[in-house]
Amino acid sequence: MFKILKYSFFDLMRSRWSYVYFLFYLILGFILFFLNNDVTKAVITLLNIIIVLTPLIGTIFGVMYYYSSREFTELLLAQPLKRSTIFLGQYLGLSLSLALSLIVGLGIPFILYGIFQSSAILDFATLLLIGGYLTFIFVALAFNIALSFNDKIKGFGFSILLWLFLAVIYDGIFLLSMVFFHDYPLDKFALGATMFNPIDLSRILILLKLDISALLGYTGAVFQKFFGTSMGMILSLCILSFWVILPTFFLVKKAQIKDF
Amino acid sequence: MSLTHMFTSVASSLSFFIFVSSAVFAKEIKVCPNCEKASITQAIKTAQPGDTLLVGKGIYQEHDIRIDKPLTLIGQDLPLIDARGKGYGFKIYADSVALIGFKFVNVGVSYTSDFAAIYTSRIHHFRFENNRFENVFFGFLIEKSHNGIIKNNTIMGNAVKEYSSGNGIHLWHSSKIQIQDNHIEKMRDGIYFEFVKHSIIQRNKSRNNLRYGLHFMFSNDDRYENNIFEKNGAGVAVMFSKNISMRKNIFRLNWGTASYGLLLKEINDAEIIDNTFEQNTIGVNVEGSNRINYENNNFINNGWAIRFLGACYGNKLLRNNFLHNALDVSYKGMMNGNLFDKNYWSSYAGYDLDKDNIGDVPYRPVKLFSYIVNRTPETIILLRSLFVDIINFSEKVSPIFTPDNLQDFHPIMTPIKYHD
Repeated sequence: MFKILKYSFFDLMRSRWSYVYFLFYLILGFILFFLNNDVTKAVITLLNIIIVLTPLIGTIFGVMYYYSSREFTELLLAQPLKRSTIFLGQYLGLSLSLALSLIVGLGIPFILYGIFQSSAILDFATLLLIGGYLTFIFVALAFNIALSFNDKIKGFGFSILLWLFLAVIYDGIFLLSMVFFHDYPLDKFALGATMFNPIDLSRILILLKLDISALLGYTGAVFQKFFGTSMGMILSLCILSFWVILPTFFLVKKAQIKDF
Repeated sequence: MSLTHMFTSVASSLSFFIFVSSAVFAKEIKVCPNCEKASITQAIKTAQPGDTLLVGKGIYQEHDIRIDKPLTLIGQDLPLIDARGKGYGFKIYADSVALIGFKFVNVGVSYTSDFAAIYTSRIHHFRFENNRFENVFFGFLIEKSHNGIIKNNTIMGNAVKEYSSGNGIHLWHSSKIQIQDNHIEKMRDGIYFEFVKHSIIQRNKSRNNLRYGLHFMFSNDDRYENNIFEKNGAGVAVMFSKNISMRKNIFRLNWGTASYGLLLKEINDAEIIDNTFEQNTIGVNVEGSNRINYENNNFINNGWAIRFLGACYGNKLLRNNFLHNALDVSYKGMMNGNLFDKNYWSSYAGYDLDKDNIGDVPYRPVKLFSYIVNRTPETIILLRSLFVDIINFSEKVSPIFTPDNLQDFHPIMTPIKYHD
């Protein structure tokens, strides 16, 4: 598995898209600092971008990579290798290279502008950690979808739909249900609903770390009480990990029974 | 000797006598730890009305020092009054008292009486200047007193809990008081007004207080100007008052889940002019307040710049700067004669074709999201999610939910600059 991981990792590292993705974050980081020298504010701006972009890129790259390396996969399948090692290797290779682009791409400008001297270092680390988590989650989900559909167009369509659902539609339903049931106590419901969506969960985790959490008012206080404790933090990281492990598990299962 | 001559000579000798007598009777009495008079309490007992007590450097372990005649007490080199937690510092029951240059420590905490470093009751014409307070329960407690000056005092508290701490300057049923150039930190309320009329609060600094930097209740016709209110637990509250003028104050960094720059409740006919609201969770929170003019204020980097909670009639917001607030205006209900006009909004995206510095398209300061949050507060949890950005945008393009008339018809294109 490690060998396959290494191959797909280095294969991806050499590919143009990884560079584009890396350069995108690099330039983004520098532009943020060019426009505004404040590290803390840069972290807030990045929050919006990471929450939306890492899942999207993860999904698209995942599907794209699966379909384009199909022939190579079939070649590998002809070898005496376990299926789980092949797919896990590819999955980890892709996720790692994307996460590396994100971390290095943003890390360089932030280090140059003195993140280590700043009090925002912890926020920034959380941001990168969550960006990494989102990458792993959405690549796994994309692989699942790609494995289920032999048709490229269908696969793309479904994966975009999945992203759209978790990034936008879910929040829409969430908001509507809160407005509709606003006569009832909604704190627990809101807490539960954010737990089920990795994007919402990530957003709240970062928001609570920032000053802006004061805006959340008493609803925020409920969240702060929950996430502020180490228990809540561990639980939410567990849930994010769960979001990685579960699709990976299905990925392996699906790969084992699939007819190529 | 003619009669007129005699009359003038008598008059002049009489006036001479009055002059001499006042010079004779208004003595200066020295008090110091090694002097003949080592206790302030004793010195006051023997003093005549109108005397001046010069209190030298040293520690005076005295409390409940009663002043019941007009006296001037001047501290030289900041004499220390240590009440040792046993009660009040000075209790003043006479008109025309001045206390200048003392330092007060250890005025005790009590749950049954309001121990204060300086307490006055039913007096006129007082003057408290250049005093320092440390570890005091209340700094000043002014009851039913009139025509006074409280100037240049420094009050440094160490309040931890609201129920076991007192206010810096507490006024009750008083009028015509000037509170100037004081510095108050870490008390419960920095300055507290209850039933206080015709008073002026100028150039004070009120910071890090547990509850409010300044707290107004039932106090009409007052003015506060050029003050700085910073990092207070809940900012500044002005409640149930009429004819208040607030000018050139700075409200900064009142940040927390229940913090406001300025909280207005049941305020009528006030003016809020030339103030700066910077980095508060809520810049101004308005409830049930009518006919208030907001002019030339700066709202910078607040969570909400201004939040109207309802029952507000005839308020005017003219020529204010709204710069980079997370949400500019939050609003409930109908327009009710409230007016937004000629403000600068940093998030205004319109154009100005005729170059008259007034945007050609009206600006709608209420975003759909802030409208929803006002109705269902829990939805704030979706702050900064992509969905919220999308609905805000679509509402901006074609407004359906937000009040139709809530618009600034003449948004200014460049930030407004003021002359101080």
